[in-house]
Amino acid sequence: MTEQTAQTVPTASAEKQRNQWLDVWDQFKTHKGAVFGLFFLIFITLFCLAGPWIWNIDPGDLDIRNKDVRPIYTVIWDSNAKVSWARPMGTDNLGRDIMANIMQGGRISLAVGWTAMILAIVIGTAIGVTAGYFRRLDGLLMRFTDLVLALPLLPLLLVMMLLFRDPLRAAFGPEQGIFILIVTGIGITSWMQTARIVRGDVMALKEREFVLAARSIGTPARRMITRHLLPNVLSPIMVSATLGLATAIITESALSFLGLGFPSDFPTWGKILFDNVDRMTAFPERVIWPGLAISLTVLSVNYIGDGLRDALDPRIRGL
Amino acid sequence: MKLKTALLGAVASLAFAPMAIADGHEGERGRDGNVNIIYWQAVSTLNPYLSGGTKDIEAASLVIEPLARYDENGNMVPYLAVEIPTVANGGVSEDLTSITWKIKPDVMWSDGTAVTARDVQFTWQYCTAEGGGCAQGAKFANVTNVEIIDDKTVKTTFDGPAPNPYQAFVGHESPIIQAAQFAECLGPRAPECTDANFGPIGTGPFTVTDFRVNDVVQFAANENYRDPNKPAFATVTFKGGGDATAAGRAVMETGEFDYAWNMQLAPDVIAAMAEGGQGVPVSAFGTLVERLEMNLTNPSPDVPEGERSTSAAPHPFLTDARVREALSIAIDRELLVEVGYGQAGRATCNLVPAPAIYASDNTACLTQDIDRANALLDEAGYMMGSDGVRVNDEGVRLSILYQTSTNAVRQDFQALIKEWWSEIGVETELRNIDASVFFGGDPGSPDTFQRFYADVEMYANNFPGTDPQAYLGAYLCDKMPNPETQWQGENINRFCDPAYDALWAELAATADLDERGRIGQQLNDMLTKDSNVIVPLVDRGRVSAHANSLGGVVLNTWDSELWNIADWYRIGE
Repeated sequence: MTEQTAQTVPTASAEKQRNQWLDVWDQFKTHKGAVFGLFFLIFITLFCLAGPWIWNIDPGDLDIRNKDVRPIYTVIWDSNAKVSWARPMGTDNLGRDIMANIMQGGRISLAVGWTAMILAIVIGTAIGVTAGYFRRLDGLLMRFTDLVLALPLLPLLLVMMLLFRDPLRAAFGPEQGIFILIVTGIGITSWMQTARIVRGDVMALKEREFVLAARSIGTPARRMITRHLLPNVLSPIMVSATLGLATAIITESALSFLGLGFPSDFPTWGKILFDNVDRMTAFPERVIWPGLAISLTVLSVNYIGDGLRDALDPRIRGL
Repeated sequence: MKLKTALLGAVASLAFAPMAIADGHEGERGRDGNVNIIYWQAVSTLNPYLSGGTKDIEAASLVIEPLARYDENGNMVPYLAVEIPTVANGGVSEDLTSITWKIKPDVMWSDGTAVTARDVQFTWQYCTAEGGGCAQGAKFANVTNVEIIDDKTVKTTFDGPAPNPYQAFVGHESPIIQAAQFAECLGPRAPECTDANFGPIGTGPFTVTDFRVNDVVQFAANENYRDPNKPAFATVTFKGGGDATAAGRAVMETGEFDYAWNMQLAPDVIAAMAEGGQGVPVSAFGTLVERLEMNLTNPSPDVPEGERSTSAAPHPFLTDARVREALSIAIDRELLVEVGYGQAGRATCNLVPAPAIYASDNTACLTQDIDRANALLDEAGYMMGSDGVRVNDEGVRLSILYQTSTNAVRQDFQALIKEWWSEIGVETELRNIDASVFFGGDPGSPDTFQRFYADVEMYANNFPGTDPQAYLGAYLCDKMPNPETQWQGENINRFCDPAYDALWAELAATADLDERGRIGQQLNDMLTKDSNVIVPLVDRGRVSAHANSLGGVVLNTWDSELWNIADWYRIGE
């Protein structure tokens, strides 16, 4: 018996030492939508990043003789359609390859989404944790958050465009300059929700016994935040990160759709949509492809967020 | 084919319009209710003297009227005047130095007071006041005095013989404003008179009831309009904003609006919309030319504000005529027409494409010639660098910022022109600006076409009436927009050539029509063929659309499109 117990104890402790991220992954896997979302996000990211190496057509290349080529599948119902295997998604009214444009546009849209999201999360977490942990800064920081919440994004971006476009253009070139402008604009106007949530959670955690215990052994504030508080608020941060990515992509599309944002020879998904709205009825594929890319990416990111929320919550995970 | 059918339909409906009027479309004022007009550039002011934007001037034409207008054939029609003064009827002096207008005795302002010679005189004073920066200054360039003869007679004196005395107070760009209303708004105070600028009191068929800047203007029939049976519509909703596509759809597909202005859309798109069956496109060729304007001054942000884009800072490379010519001949205009306008456009090298006597036989730019363009740039000392962009010995790179308004056709043009310029080693950065801002004329915005903070810009412009003298007068040295004039002025390129000024003065002193034609062509050539300061691309027909149920529309390329709105009516069910 003693031997048996001796044998079982290590196994049990081995199970207990099982990496908690594996648990998270196990729980995450049970959410079908989230798994599908993750795969789609990986697929679309690879499509945009690695795609241009295989499909090396310059998205800006004009080929006026091959304009208005329909996508290859049009042949199924219209055998007279102008199609070409060299242009599987067709070309636009100036003969630019639509597939190359979707890839290039996706790179920009995703880059804007990721960067703006990371910026928003960093600002939001920093302000949220500081406000929640240091009581004296709370009032100040939360009133500042209210102030930023009241700023409307579009007029703000228009003003930023007016003030900073020329200096940024001079310093970083036209595309890079606008990129920085848009990313900053979106980043600094979308961190507030994260800050609010993180602050609330930190305030609740601060009153818990383990924090009291840590404080009683003299843990400094810096260590307290990184060691005890941040890991415990990771779940809401992750969730707002995924939602933030989706919002950033949509905001960029909206800006491009309004004709603000990037120069006209610089495709993004929103811009491709905007350029082709005129011919929507005659060439529906030109708005369907970028539209699908935007909505599926946003949908899949939302599903990932949903799955992550479930997986990161120990109560749902059953521990 | 479809567009052609649609245009034929439009012609047919125009042909029927007068018959329909004869069929008894008469009745009391306001009988046909409301008419919805959509201009996809929203109206920012109703004072044409403070805005160069066509949308503002045309919206204002519902309210304020000139002494005489042009009809759809370019003939003058008296509006507030009793008749057109000529030498024959004694209205124009024998030496062509003065013109005497007689105002119709019964015309009233919409507030019930009579229109007097004082109002006409005041209009001149308003536009020429010190420090005002009047957008229509060219109209009054040669006027030295406007004097009141009696209550209804006014005499305009010119600084010399004026062979075309019909510039001031004629056409929609130079309407009469009420002296009583604008008395406090002279000179630098003009933009401050918001109430007056947003709701001018006029003599036209409608009055302003509600004005929302850059959105909607509501008009109601003018109770004091001189014809008791007009206008047929009691109210006008003048919606602005959106884009040409939405406007076209709203008229031709969904029927929400009755009239849409300036359908600058690809021909296949218009044809597809016309199949919607609610409305028809109408078109007419006038003097509208889509052109590239070359900036002769330096728009770089490195130049201090105040000198940037003014004659104090010359452009680093666009001041070289060979560079400009190379940029011009690298463009394949026929292809631009095919892509952008179809039957509604034709390639041109002229700033003044019509009327025939003023149209130069300048066709050299019509053939694209990349080799010659490259040779010209070599000759100018710009050698191809390793990155495919030409640089000269002093390190000046041929790098161009090319701006225009946001519009699908213009963005297609930008893409094509960028491609051609890259073939001759010119690097192009594209920028598009919302049309309401670009043409808004706001002196505080850096993005207006007058301010021109770019190397090259593209837009279309035309002249009202049949005489290009005032239009060509825009390129005189003293018409440059600069900070002192609140960035108003028509000499967008900052072109300044004493020979041009002298020749224009000669045009202004010549009465003989053939001679005027010759000089006009020469002036046109100085700006286009000889110097390529202005690079014309496409002569555009104007395409607008109106609902099938809207009668009386006569598209006019020589004046405001809404010139005869008093005669519009609803076709009965």
